[in-house]
Amino acid sequence: MTRVIECRLVTELVASLCIEANIILPADIADVISSAEYREVSPEGKAVLADLKLNMAVARKERIPICQDTGMAVVFVKIGQEVQISGGALTDAITAGVSKGYTEGYMRASIVEDPLLRNNTGDNTPPVIHIEIVPGNTFRITVAPKGFGSENMSALKMLKPSEGVEGVIDFVVDAVITAGANPCPPIILGIGIGGTMEKAALIAKQALLREAGTHNKLKHIAELEDIILDKVNRSGIGPGGLGGRVTALAVNIDVYPTHIAGLPVAVNISCHATRHATGSL
Amino acid sequence: MSIRIKLPLDRSKISGLRAGERVLLSGHLYTARDAAHMKLKEMLDNGHKLPVDLNNETIYYAGPCPAAPGRVIGSAGPTTSGRMDSYTPALLEHGLIGMIGKGDRDDKVVEAIKAKGAVYFGATGGAGALLSGRIASSEIAAFPELGTEAIRRIEVVDFPVIVLIDPSGTDIYRTNVIKYRNIREEAD
Ligand code: SF4
Repeated sequence: MTRVIECRLVTELVASLCIEANIILPADIADVISSAEYREVSPEGKAVLADLKLNMAVARKERIPICQDTGMAVVFVKIGQEVQISGGALTDAITAGVSKGYTEGYMRASIVEDPLLRNNTGDNTPPVIHIEIVPGNTFRITVAPKGFGSENMSALKMLKPSEGVEGVIDFVVDAVITAGANPCPPIILGIGIGGTMEKAALIAKQALLREAGTHNKLKHIAELEDIILDKVNRSGIGPGGLGGRVTALAVNIDVYPTHIAGLPVAVNISCHATRHATGSL
Repeated sequence: MSIRIKLPLDRSKISGLRAGERVLLSGHLYTARDAAHMKLKEMLDNGHKLPVDLNNETIYYAGPCPAAPGRVIGSAGPTTSGRMDSYTPALLEHGLIGMIGKGDRDDKVVEAIKAKGAVYFGATGGAGALLSGRIASSEIAAFPELGTEAIRRIEVVDFPVIVLIDPSGTDIYRTNVIKYRNIREEAD
């Protein structure tokens, strides 16, 4: 059945999701941070994990952002094909929601209008919006603010098919070692394998939304997640990059069919502040 | 156990510091990140006087969130220091003695730290909410037009940091990570 959704409601929803995502970490992420403290053997690493736990509590209690880098707002929209948006353009409504959320939530304006001229837009707009049309009349939005300490350390490579699974592992582990302390470890890795160049990057980012501690449904991919997690945690980087065993909290891989000539791999590195909040209308 | 140090620093206060030691800093320091560094460098290149005297000062690489009503400052954790590497040796030349950030520095910065007997501290990356509680006051010192990237003069009280690169040039990232490399996780 066709359903009409008012732009005004979209703006309100996006605004509140921006604020919630930045103040409260998803429960699964909070859990893996908390349990990591017991696994860590390095005193420096343990101290960082204790700080991060305390930090989550302070943010929640005082209603301030977990991290000052409140990120670039990445917005995933799943809109049913039987939904009609009224009262304006959907993307304008989302952008207005980001502006409202970041301004009213006292969150940092981190976006420059032109990547080379670098003038700040002042309200953290525009967001990056990904819209997917799905069957039915549902409307679901996820706001995933992405900090750039970790975004900057992300990487993509078009591997040769002959490089295979070993090539994928080496590429990801190298990216993590190169990143070192910059992405505020412990990190979460979103990895996209297959598709085209941009598809690999997109599924890598979407993989970050998956609940930490869960595995890909495909057995060989679930095993690859474990292999990479183990390797990365033997890199020695540790929490805060100060040395230790807990470098990554989770490795989430997603795959997509690809071309006979290619093996694209994207690794989207995310910090412990892997934030996202979802709401429906 | 942490060592308490009053800001501003001077060589005698920091010369004995060793990489890995924990320090609680109290006193004033300046925040500056990418855009402010670009401007400072431009001023130095053009022979202009800097808007703040960097002699014996400490720069915190941070761009805080705006302060909500009733607060001194919003979340205020460190940003990645490496992006400031190309500007840092010139600032150390102009009296800068301390830096607070996260992440490693390039060889030129490590050399300059050693040559000047300066120090590079780390604050816990991502702990912006926690760290903002250690900031007692904040005012714009230069470049207000840069918003979060303006230079702020902030007063900190027992601001927790760890010595990442000490005045002798020892870098904890380079020494400590090696210790834990290749250790298997026991959990699985
Ligand atoms: S990498 Fe993440 S935790 Fe670190 S400063 Fe950026 S957003 Fe914050």
